[in-house]
Amino acid sequence: MKRLTTALLAALVLAAGPAFADKVKIGIEAAYPPFSAVSADGTFVGFDVDIANALCEEMSAECTLVQQDWDGIIPALLARKYDAIVASMSITEERKKKVAFSAKYYNTPAKFAQKKGAGITIDAAGLAGKTVGVQRATTHDNFITEVFGDDVEIKRYASQDEAYLDAVAGRLDLLLADSVAMADGFLATDQGKDWEFIGPDFTEVKYFGEGAGIAVRKDDTELLARLEAALDAILRNGVYKAINDKYFDFNVYGEPLPQ
Amino acid sequence: MDVEVIIKNLPLYFEGLGTTVQLVALSLGCGLALAIPVALLAASRRWWLRMPATAYIYVFRGTPLLIQMYIIYYGLAQFEAVRESLLWPVLREAWWCALVSFALNTAGYTGEILRGAIANTPHGEVEAARSVGMSQWQIHARIVLPSAFRRALPAYGNEVIFMLHGSALAGVITLVDLFGAARIVNSRHFVPFESFIAAGAFYLGLTFVIAWLFKRWERRWHAHLRPRDGAGGSSATPAPFTAR
Repeated sequence: MKRLTTALLAALVLAAGPAFADKVKIGIEAAYPPFSAVSADGTFVGFDVDIANALCEEMSAECTLVQQDWDGIIPALLARKYDAIVASMSITEERKKKVAFSAKYYNTPAKFAQKKGAGITIDAAGLAGKTVGVQRATTHDNFITEVFGDDVEIKRYASQDEAYLDAVAGRLDLLLADSVAMADGFLATDQGKDWEFIGPDFTEVKYFGEGAGIAVRKDDTELLARLEAALDAILRNGVYKAINDKYFDFNVYGEPLPQ
Repeated sequence: MDVEVIIKNLPLYFEGLGTTVQLVALSLGCGLALAIPVALLAASRRWWLRMPATAYIYVFRGTPLLIQMYIIYYGLAQFEAVRESLLWPVLREAWWCALVSFALNTAGYTGEILRGAIANTPHGEVEAARSVGMSQWQIHARIVLPSAFRRALPAYGNEVIFMLHGSALAGVITLVDLFGAARIVNSRHFVPFESFIAAGAFYLGLTFVIAWLFKRWERRWHAHLRPRDGAGGSSATPAPFTAR
């Protein structure tokens, strides 16, 4: 009887262990097309969402996506509202103080956009007195604050979508954002048709990080290892490429995919 | 607790404090100026004067301040006609949009406070004024309004504090007020507890100043309601049996 109880307990522990660990909550932003957005029927769609789901499938984990505003996306991770962030978050030194990152899952340059024909030159003199809209607490915010903070007026928005709204309303001279997010999420849309890219691609690691990574709590090393393995797997087995091709006609990984 | 982050960002908080104080003071001033005619109209006995003012109060008390601000900031900017109008240089700026929406909103609430106070004017005061031959205009300027201001003062003190707290919404439309400063600090250093506690402390301090000012003001305006100094006050009267 005693042995039976022990065996039962052991079986329970074995069964419950992985089952418990296999429920993963993932934080996303859902206001950053084409990477994440809410579709007309209320479901989450976008590159980040598909990557998150592909990672979960690869880990055979049961995933729940949790929507969270950008401002609170790291505090909510630390407060255990979810276990990982897949939200186009650039891997930067400041963020590494609070969270652990996987390797990058994509890397695209930042770029300015202006109203068509505005003829703004992207240097300290050309930017003097201009109003630039960025999403608050992004790499773009940090870059413009540190490099051109004395020259321009910076307007910071809670989400990228709000910055687009104010650009169309004529309150901004320039937008600074991820080039891909801006091309698909704004310039290609009806509201952004009067705007165009201007100036060079910005990729400096010091400001823009090494690309977008998946963030987890620092003590969650096991989950990080599983995510890294899953990411490596989907990069190699064609799943990543399929998702990439669903959204973009070029490779967003920033370099050839590992074979 | 990471106090260092807050100390390092104190200049940002003080910038926010300046914006908050400026916005609240100006919107209260404009709001009060607008509230007086609104209240006079709303207290009128003629329905065609009363109706527009009542509707104004109803609309601005009946919708959230956040929605009013979004309509003015994001909503109006949607229309080409607005963007090409003379008003656009004003509506283009987040600061003006916040000021306009705060002033319109507080005018609604203050209007209702004043209307109630006007409606409660003791009939004898008006009759006395009439009996000495004051015109309708003089009665309003000399008797009804001053008397109504006195009665409205405690409720108005409340409204001023509500306006201060409501002004935190300015942070939502890109302004760096106290709340906006806290959000920047939070999003840069990921310290929600410290950054918002610091902003809260600033608001507490402002509320303290406002409450103190209103207390003094009340003492002045309600002087006739206090027990008289020297002869009268109950605290000055010796207890008849126990004192020795």
